[in-house]
Amino acid sequence: MATLTIGCFSSLVGSMSLDFAVKLAKAAKEKGHDVNMWVSGNGTMLSKKGQRAFKDYSYLAKTVEALIADGVQVTACEACAESRGFHKEDTMENFKRHSMDWYLAKCVVSDKVLHIGGE
Amino acid sequence: MARELKQLFVIQRPPYKSENPKLALTHAMASQTAEIYLEDGESVVPTLAFVGDGVLNVLNNQQAMKHYGLSSTENHVQMSLLIDLRVLVCKEDLEARGIGEDRLADGSALGADMTIEVLPFSAIMAEMEAADQLLFF
Repeated sequence: MATLTIGCFSSLVGSMSLDFAVKLAKAAKEKGHDVNMWVSGNGTMLSKKGQRAFKDYSYLAKTVEALIADGVQVTACEACAESRGFHKEDTMENFKRHSMDWYLAKCVVSDKVLHIGGE
Repeated sequence: MARELKQLFVIQRPPYKSENPKLALTHAMASQTAEIYLEDGESVVPTLAFVGDGVLNVLNNQQAMKHYGLSSTENHVQMSLLIDLRVLVCKEDLEARGIGEDRLADGSALGADMTIEVLPFSAIMAEMEAADQLLFF
């Protein structure tokens, strides 16, 4: 089994890239791989607690909670989150926050890195 | 065991229209402190490559502070040079946009020893082939 790190910079709503990234993380975990996930820029919206499901919008909170419970390290860029007003108290439980060096360090120790990018 | 990861950050998007170029620059600069998470001997060596409309990020005399109240992308490029990151710019993409090398950011204003490298696309392709990881912005 391998270690996979996924970086995604796209927003939860307005782009399906983050939706794809989270579902890819889930599929990789289900196959038995170790998975790290990094969200930066507008992708930090994923860390916000209290997301509400609507039929026409991506809703990933439950999937992310399950991934975290299953051992996936899901981490948001702290500066990107703070700049958007997503503070620690607004963050989903056990959703980590670090600076960008966390992502680069995970890239070093991963077998594969998928940088999905932003809008 | 020593392990050096070579990352090439390829920036294709113009400045200010999206956050991508600045995120590329800030992530590359974060390599300076990535080692706090790594074992002894492990390191990240990022290089920045500006291609396509991305070459507009390296223009000098940007006035982002005046117009947007933001530090400029030029300033981020200068900071990257200051911490000895290689900054590559595609020669053909500069020429296609009528941009001479005299219009590129100069890191020496901040005390950087490194300068922007203007390279033909073939040389940037070679850098891509030599990198362990490619990150497109």
